[in-house]
Order: sequence, then C-alpha cells, then structure tokens
Amino acid sequence: MPNAKRPRVLIAKPGLDGHDRGAKIVARALRDAGFEVIFTGIRQRVEAIVATALQEDVAVVGLSILSGAHLGLTTRVVEGLRKAGAGDIAVVVGGTIPAADVPRLRAAGAAAVYPTGTPLDVIVPEIRTLASAQPGRHEETPCASA
Amino acid sequence: MNDFAQTVQTGQSAEAAQTSSGLPLQPVYGPRDRQGEAEPPDPGRFPFTRGNYPNGYRGRLWTIRQYSGFGTAEDSNRRYRYLLGQGGTGLSVALDLPTQCGYDSDDPEVSDEVGRVGVAIDTLADVEVLFDEIPLDRISTSFTINGTAAILLACYVAAAERTGVPRDKLTGTIQNDILKEYASRGTWIWPPEPSLRLIGDTIEFCAAEVPKFNAISVAGAHFRDAGASAVQEMAFTLADGVTYCDTVLARGRMTIEQFAPQVSFFFYTHGDFFEEIAKYRAGRRRWATIVKERYHATSDKAAMFRFGCVSGGASLYAPQAQNNIIRVAYEAMASVLGGVQSMFTAAWDEPFALPSEESATLALRTQQILAYETGVARVADPLGGSYFVEALTDATEARIAEIMADLDAHGGMVRAIEDGYLQGLIADEAYRAHRDIEAGTRPVVGVNRFTTDEPAPDIQAYELDSEGRETQLKRLARIKAERDGAAVRTTLAELARAAEGTANLMEPLIDCARAYCTVGEMVTALKAVWGEFRQPAVF
Repeated sequence: MPNAKRPRVLIAKPGLDGHDRGAKIVARALRDAGFEVIFTGIRQRVEAIVATALQEDVAVVGLSILSGAHLGLTTRVVEGLRKAGAGDIAVVVGGTIPAADVPRLRAAGAAAVYPTGTPLDVIVPEIRTLASAQPGRHEETPCASA
Repeated sequence: MNDFAQTVQTGQSAEAAQTSSGLPLQPVYGPRDRQGEAEPPDPGRFPFTRGNYPNGYRGRLWTIRQYSGFGTAEDSNRRYRYLLGQGGTGLSVALDLPTQCGYDSDDPEVSDEVGRVGVAIDTLADVEVLFDEIPLDRISTSFTINGTAAILLACYVAAAERTGVPRDKLTGTIQNDILKEYASRGTWIWPPEPSLRLIGDTIEFCAAEVPKFNAISVAGAHFRDAGASAVQEMAFTLADGVTYCDTVLARGRMTIEQFAPQVSFFFYTHGDFFEEIAKYRAGRRRWATIVKERYHATSDKAAMFRFGCVSGGASLYAPQAQNNIIRVAYEAMASVLGGVQSMFTAAWDEPFALPSEESATLALRTQQILAYETGVARVADPLGGSYFVEALTDATEARIAEIMADLDAHGGMVRAIEDGYLQGLIADEAYRAHRDIEAGTRPVVGVNRFTTDEPAPDIQAYELDSEGRETQLKRLARIKAERDGAAVRTTLAELARAAEGTANLMEPLIDCARAYCTVGEMVTALKAVWGEFRQPAVF
C-alpha cells in the first residue's frame, strides 16, 4: 500500500483468562481494514502491555477481558500509560462487560467500551476515529525503497 | 413483530447446501450414496460406529454431570456435601485461574482473580478442607485442571493418605490435556516437551498406583469454543490423543492395552444437528481404527472411544437469551443420538452470568426429559442405517482423516502449536463464522434473524467477597509460618533434581505436597529447569 498511512493498534489480553476468540476477531478485522495490528497473546502483565504500546508506538490499545477483572486491569493500563508520558494513547475495552460497568470504565479512562455482541462495523470505524485524532504520531511511515 | 414475514425467505438458500463445517449436502440421500461402503457392524462391535455398547443406553444411561465450584475451599466443601447429601455420587471441581496457571493466592499479579472462576488451591491444607468429611474411597472426583494437573493429583493422593484412604481406592479424572491449552484454553505453563513428559508421568503413575483414576481426558471442547468447526474439533482432538499415546509408548514402559482404557475424550455439541451426530459416530470409528492400526491393540476395550460433552457453550447467544433453552435441548438430543457417555447441559443464562439455581435446574431437567420422556434412549443407535446419517458419517470421517494428515505433514501437533499453525486454522474459522453471522449468511434466531429491541440482560460477574479472599490468604500465611521450612526446601530441591533427569515426577510431587509446598513453589521449581512456554501470537 504505497503512500498509505497505516494507523497502529495494540490488541492486548491482560490477566489470566484465556478467551482470545474475540480479541483475534477484532485484530483481524482491523488488519483487514488497513490497520497495522500488534497482538500480545494471552496472559500479559500490565507492565508488559504498557511497554509494548510505547515500543510499538501505537495510537490505540484495545484490551480484551472476559474474566470479570476489567475494572482493575483497565485502570492499571491507563495509569501505566499516563505515568510513562503516553496518556494520549487511547485505551478501548471489550469483553463480558456489565452495562453498569461501562460508565465506570469510561471514568477510569477508557475511550470506548465494547461489550460482547458489539458489531465489527461499530468497532472498526470508532477505532479509526480514535487513531486519526492523533495526526503525525503512531502511523507507520511507508518505506521509501518499497 | 412483522419479522415473521422473513420465514418466506429462509426456506431454501445456498448455505443450506452444506453443513456448518462446510461438508456439501445433497437434497436427498439414497442407497447409492455410500460409495460402496459396508454397512457398519452392530452397536458394541469394532469399530464402534454405532456405539460402544450392544444395548445402547438400556444397560446404563449416560451420566448427567453438572459443573460447579466457586470461592474458598470451605464454600465448595459445603456445596459438595450438600450435593452428596442429595444422592450424588461424583464431584466435579472447578479451580480458579491462579491455581490453573500455577500462581499462589498471595501473588500480587493475580489478586483480582483469586476464587473468581473456581476454588483457590494453594497447598495440601486447602485440599484437606475441600474434601473434609467426604469419603474419598467412595466418591469419584473430576478435576478440570491441566497445566498443574500433576500437582493437584499429588495433593489429592496426599490428602487421601491423611484420611487413611489408599491410592488404589481413589476414583475420578484429571483433564490433564495440555496440548489444547497451548492452542485454545490458555492455562499452559512450561513448553510442550516437558509438559508431555509430565503427562506421561501421570498416565504411568495412575496405571500403576491409582488404577481406578482416569489420568487424562483429551478435550476438543476448547478448540470449538475458540472457533474450530465440528470436524476440526474432532480431528484436532484425535491428533492430540495420538500425540499422548505416542509419548507414553515411546517411553517403552507400558503397552497400549495398559493405559488406553484410561483415556477418554470431551467435546462441545453445537447446533448443526446431523453434523454433530455424524461427528461423534465418525470420531468413534476413526479412533478405534487408529488404535488398532497404528498401535496394533489386540483388545476392543483399548480401542473404545468414550466421551463426555457440553451442550451449549459458544452456540448460545445473549440476545433473546431464553432461545438458548431450545438450542441446548436440540444439542443434547444430538449428543445422545451420537452416543455420549456423560453430558453437561449449559444453562440458558450462561452467555452473561453464572447460572441461577432456577436456570441450572432447568438445564438438568432438559436431560431428564430427554432420558425419560422422549424415548430416544430406548434403542441403540436409532439413526444407524439412515442413508443420510451413514453418508454424512463417512464424509465426516474422511474430512477428519484429511485434517489429521495435514497436521502430520506439518510435523505433528507439537510443531503446529509451537509455530502457531494450529492457532491460525482456528482463528481463520472463528473469523469466517463471525463474518457469516454479522453478514446474516449464517442464520441465528434473535441475533441476525427475527431480532427484537429487547435490551440485553445485564451481567454480573461472580466475585469472591473480601472475607473469602481474606480466609484464603490467612490460611496460606499460617501454613507458610507453621510448616517445616527445611522439608519445603529439601522436597523442592529433590523435585528440581528429578526434573533434570527422566524419573517419574509423581512421588517427588507427592513429597512436596506432604511438606505443604505451595502450588506456586512447585511450579517455580519446575520452571527453573524447564523454562516457560512462549505463545506465538497468531490471529
């Protein structure tokens, strides 16, 4: 894709739960939509997710959590990014999220929340908007020699 | 409500011409559709296409086994004693994720997950509380445990010993299937090679010391929930079964006859009715054929494919959630027509909550109505000889064999897991199914057809109350303070030393359990020798 600027997204699974079907489906849908996607695999420590987000210079971090531990884990990722001076990276959360927890996750710093059953046609354009809200950063520069 | 007008469009469509796994279907089947295949022998006769037993379910109904376990050892012990008081004869233990992944409850990294999806076990002391006043010589216990299965088995044997129950009186099962953990369920710890060695150790230990205990339940269910199709689920599971048998036989200490009867299987039944029936009939025949042809087993008993299943799982949906009652009922019927030995029917509210007492009871009643009212259990393999079912069984078995041959050509299951090939196959299928549902080409009532605006029911995750967590942490702190520190160091050092060689690790693990080493300490000692699995992040 010459001259195309591809937004970079990290899809991450914090905690111990191994349900990665949703994370992988979203990762692939984003890739198909032209994003540069990094997937951490399951059982990632919060510190490792923050480090990867910085190292890969992503615009958005998508957390997938189905164990019920979403509030604590999301708070820790948001705080970790802020402490590392990367508070501009948007954090979105998907998984088995009770409706009552959506505003609590937003208050904890999540830019968007996608409970189970949210269509890809909703998720992908929203993440594109979040990613493009940061012009000039977190976009892959096309290789000149390509 | 004018959605009902849609029925006109769904009568006959292109996608009805294949099963959900993509096997092509004719409009009608007749005697010429079996391509010269012989009629399958009677039920109870090799290769068991028509079931393991000549009288089907007349001699013995399938086992109705519902899964439960939560909170602290005290909470679960109370629940178990209640269930046994109501006439139950078996227990099914759910463990929390820290226990399954080898972390202790006081590890700060996992504090959010202690006691959340099952009971927390840190040391032998928790196991003693879990089974307090339960006669382990008369009650069979099934543990859904994999990465730390050998450690939990060691604790169980040690706990039984404390109450005077000898090893050969213990009955039950550990899941102990690590290969599917790497590709789907996720509670891996060490790399495949040492993990397979540890499974070999448990199989040999059980065959020699705990002969009434099933050392392994090879599970396809989790491939399915991760997105695999029905035929992939069966093919991947049989390929795992082959890998375990190869592992044990390569050690040269046992024959297939000695351990194969203690190997069982476990699956999900989803909604494509005839495909599920054909999956089980084909799987039974393929496994029996493999055991005879590849391992030259002489007894039919070694070749018998015994399986349990869950009806529900990823085939259930949150919108119009009570529709799940109907789905589970059809799935349960398909499982029985496929010849299942033991079944768990999921509750309709499973997609968004721990089942209520009411929904759990309804799930149980679903099986009881099937067993006692519908009459499907009266005659062995009632669909045997159906042009369609036999042809679909043949086609399913052929596709299973193709997938297994492809995995073989790739270098086997361990290789396919280490380089992410298997995970890629599952992710491809999951993505395809998801897109089909979103596009509406795979109809799901209440999700992409006949939808309504009713709000999705709210979910509430079960959380161990702070009192329960406190009980668990206090017991762990007390055990750590009171145990003999020298014995802990000695037994852990001996475990690590044994792990460096090839000796069976079960006795060193039992010694660690007796010394009240924690699950986390045993796991860490083995990590120091074996390292950790590095997951290929394929999507």
